[in-house]
Amino acid sequence: MDQEQTVTGKSIFRIDGPPKVRGEAKYAAEYKVPDLLHAYVVTASIAKGRILSIDLSAARQFPGVVEILSHKNRPWFWPVSFLYKDAAGPPGKPFMPLYDDRVHFSGQPVALVIAESYEAARDAAALVGVTYKAEPHATDLARSPAFIPRKHRIGVAPVPHPTGDADRAFASAPVKIEAAYTTSPENHHPMELFATTVEWGDNIVTVYDKTQSPKSVELFLKVAFRLIGRKVRVVSSYVGGGFGLGLRPQQSVFLAVMAAKSLKRSVRLVLPRDHMFALGYRANTVQTVSLAADEKGRLQAIRHKAIAATSQFEDAQDPILLFSASLYRCDNVKLNYELAKLDTVSPCDMRAPGAATGMFALESAMDELAYALGADPLALRLTNYTERDQSENRPFSSKALRECYAQGSERFGWDKRSHAPRSMREDKELIGWGMATGAWEAAMSPAPARAEVRLRSDGKFEVTSSITDIGTGTYTILSQIAADELETPIERIVVRLGDSALPFNPIQGGSWTAATSGAAVQSACRKLKAKITSQAKKAGVLDRRPGTELLSASALADLLKLRRGGELSATGTMFSPPFGKRFSSATHAAVFAEVRVDEELSVVRVTRIVCAVAAGRILNPTTARSQIIGATVMGIGKALHEDTAYDHNLGRCMAHSFGDYHIPSNADVYDIDVVFVDETDTQVSPLGVKGVGEIGVVAVAPAIANAIFHATGQRMRDLPITIDRLARARSRAS
Amino acid sequence: MKRFTYVRAVSIDQAIESLSVHPDAKLLAGGTNLVDLMKYDVATPTTIIDINDLPLREISETADGGLRIGALVTNSDVAVHPSVARHYPLLASAILAGASAQLRNAATVAGNLMQRTRCSYFYDVLTPCNKRAPGSGCPARPGLNRNHAILGASELCVATHPSDMCVALAAIGATIIVQGPNGLRAIPLADFHRLPGDAPEKDTTLFGNEVILGIELPPVLEHHRYSYLKIRDRLSYAFAIVSAAVWLTIDDEAAISTAQIALGGVAHKPWRNTAAEALLIGRPASRVNFEQFASMLLSGAVALSENDFKIDLARRTVVRALEQAASRTPQSQSDKRIH
Ligand SMILES: Cc1cc2nc3c(=O)[nH]c(=O)nc-3n(C[C@H](O)[C@H](O)[C@H](O)COP(=O)(O)OP(=O)(O)OC[C@H]3O[C@@H](n4cnc5c(N)ncnc54)[C@H](O)[C@@H]3O)c2cc1C
Repeated sequence: MDQEQTVTGKSIFRIDGPPKVRGEAKYAAEYKVPDLLHAYVVTASIAKGRILSIDLSAARQFPGVVEILSHKNRPWFWPVSFLYKDAAGPPGKPFMPLYDDRVHFSGQPVALVIAESYEAARDAAALVGVTYKAEPHATDLARSPAFIPRKHRIGVAPVPHPTGDADRAFASAPVKIEAAYTTSPENHHPMELFATTVEWGDNIVTVYDKTQSPKSVELFLKVAFRLIGRKVRVVSSYVGGGFGLGLRPQQSVFLAVMAAKSLKRSVRLVLPRDHMFALGYRANTVQTVSLAADEKGRLQAIRHKAIAATSQFEDAQDPILLFSASLYRCDNVKLNYELAKLDTVSPCDMRAPGAATGMFALESAMDELAYALGADPLALRLTNYTERDQSENRPFSSKALRECYAQGSERFGWDKRSHAPRSMREDKELIGWGMATGAWEAAMSPAPARAEVRLRSDGKFEVTSSITDIGTGTYTILSQIAADELETPIERIVVRLGDSALPFNPIQGGSWTAATSGAAVQSACRKLKAKITSQAKKAGVLDRRPGTELLSASALADLLKLRRGGELSATGTMFSPPFGKRFSSATHAAVFAEVRVDEELSVVRVTRIVCAVAAGRILNPTTARSQIIGATVMGIGKALHEDTAYDHNLGRCMAHSFGDYHIPSNADVYDIDVVFVDETDTQVSPLGVKGVGEIGVVAVAPAIANAIFHATGQRMRDLPITIDRLARARSRAS
Repeated sequence: MKRFTYVRAVSIDQAIESLSVHPDAKLLAGGTNLVDLMKYDVATPTTIIDINDLPLREISETADGGLRIGALVTNSDVAVHPSVARHYPLLASAILAGASAQLRNAATVAGNLMQRTRCSYFYDVLTPCNKRAPGSGCPARPGLNRNHAILGASELCVATHPSDMCVALAAIGATIIVQGPNGLRAIPLADFHRLPGDAPEKDTTLFGNEVILGIELPPVLEHHRYSYLKIRDRLSYAFAIVSAAVWLTIDDEAAISTAQIALGGVAHKPWRNTAAEALLIGRPASRVNFEQFASMLLSGAVALSENDFKIDLARRTVVRALEQAASRTPQSQSDKRIH
């Protein structure tokens, strides 16, 4: 087929849209299972200490209550923590709900009520009386001692090694800035709540779970609950948002399976919104960045130190400093990464984990340096542009960041910007224009991915893979890839995903799914096509005319008839990256933001954002654009709203709902303009795809913070930039 | 949620009777606040008296030319009612600044008057709170109090009243009509909500066995200038950090002839200072005068550990709202730009 006829690269509406709108797409809590019990979690009110007693007398008498589990009567667990390791877990001892009498964080599950109805479970849970012996706790990052993590988290890029002598270069450089930045904890709140429905059978346990990896949940459950002899099937056909919280088996699946196993009954557990605050969060950080340049703006030194929150039981780690050594050309780089232990649940990955946090500091500092130099912020980035990854001393597989800068700034009208802060104004509002660079890893999954494609007797091609579609458009792009590879109309492709019984795929994270699972589908389709072609030739039914599909419906029917109903299938496997250490690969973005600030009242509006992205081949501009828009909105939230409020006296997260955990409302989102720049990359992955799930969020917060500086002259170094912070900055300045 | 008995009241008298028989009963109107509180176990009534069948959904003119709005009229219906839009646009504007369209469609006038604070400790039964559990303590005072009271707070409670509608009603000078076992009572809005003092569990001066029948707005004899300006943590769908309702007339000589101004989000009740308002009368509608007024309005303000910024912000908000009102360019509730 020629270019004109391929569907990859075209804007196809998501094929899972209609079933979702019709309500046919089932989420974990929506499966109808006979004789289902419902569970509800009782949570700890203290941050640290021991459970002294649990009074169940009232709760047990509540009509409909079947069982109440706690550390005292839960089923036996292996007492060794490595058996509870999961594919995305950091070093440490994974948290096991109801393990013993220890309380590790406020909001921790301490009991599980199982009842005939959700309401009975919930209402009985309120009657469970728990007494504690509290111990002194620490939840305040600013007051907790930092340390260098002893063990590195597998799967996360290590902190780049120092180069040159950053301290000396910094001391002797003519222009320099040094500043401290902080970011607040952010919590995951995908629209779909974390939920699990366990269908308990004697031979097979089917677990409908909200996860980003049915396979790793299956493996985890088999080991953790000794279900080795039984068949365990984990189904996550539709996932209403993952963003990283679904990378690890969550408390919900752990508790639901525990309940099902101990009662030998089917059980559903849906975590309410307030319980979701105890599942993992984007680590809050304290960072310092020092940058030094010569008079021409060429970077002489980069020092970036980050202290990130973690729990007492795991050393959660994210690549906060990943791009601090490679984004710009600089010979002297020094990076320090430390953790501080808090009495909270473990932080976890959250869209562009690490990078979104670290790049806020780095890109704010670049803006500060530009103003120290009297240089245009975009010009400073171009002065320090690098074609090589200096930290690894190797080229990029492709890097169209320069085009992002060019096309983004053009769309935005950056050249009309007046440099001085406070120099643009309309009525009562100061106008600010800011920009920032974004980068994220363009990785292939380190574990192999598999896919199967088979020609069904109804003439349709069915593609199967255990990979989930977390709302990103995976169903759609895999259909597109298969349609092109099989040279068949997309209507004849059926895709089934999100089921651990289907061919193995690793976790859906790292923006690698399109590249990795897509390549597995490509490979399976190529094999099947070869099979079909040779068989059709043999049978003499290959009726192909140029420009038409591989096999017409009638030819297919003939072929299938000849095979007497037997099906044709092929499996494709994508092994780790096609290249070794010869290239670095990353997606890039340039984000330009306009803010309008009512200075007197400290009210900010983000009136315009242009996001130019270089992410290799774009399989579907519509679904890709949705990813970038969603990520940009998330970035606005990071910049202005999201903050999980902790009462450090109580050691307790006091955000319990969307009423006290703000994300942007429609009114906060004005124009978002997404540009995909052309970027051909033949090295990064077989499909030339880099992935677009995360890059969109990285540069938004610094671009907004820089725009606020341009508008007001106030450098806002703490996220989120709320009214109180702006008001204090203004009054400090005057 | 605690299990409860559900009663559907067929008459006002029956509702009052039921309240008298079941002291911990609660009336159910739109349910947008009460049901939430019950789900979180903050409110644990044993009896729910659904009043939605009561004949309290009318908006009508009063004998003196004012307006009477029934207790069960929805917030949306109040905001779009022609008489409200024409004579009390401040009220319509304040209502539209609150919540979301869906909530306003369900929320009622009486429910809005009676809605409880949004203090996160009040909402979390696993923490102490003097308002929810008298005597248990107030973690907000040493803890998270960024959006708590700067005026009229007590040692025991620093919560604020979260309503937008009530701030406009305070400025307009509405009266609440209630009925109890002993008959009707009219409570000026200024006396309806109370300061926390040593009984923070009591939000209002309504007795437990009284039912709100509606509100009465005084007649408007001349065209008022107004603005409702709400400052919040995002541009929509958030409770006020501070809000200001301005209800103003200016005479032919460009002097202020009446000035009724209320602040929201700053105290346990909508905040007015009539002595400060009196000083505006007869003076030109100038920024200097507005600033003086604002300073006097905020003169007793006391900051907690995190909310010092609210004092200055409240001052600035009042001044801006006064300017908007004076120049006949009230704050739009759909365009989020503040002018
Ligand atoms: C997400 C969310 C956002 C919101 N944002 C805002 C906002 O920005 N601004 C704002 O002002 N409000 C806001 N609200 C609050 C909303 O205005 C109130 O929930 C609503 O006004 C309550 O009205 P209701 O009829 O639903 O009351 P209900 O929940 O039915 O009742 C509330 C209370 O009033 C009592 N009551 C009801 N009727 C009577 C009567 N006739 N006599 C005596 N007592 C009575 C009830 O017993 C109960 O105690 C928000 C609410 C939510 C859920």
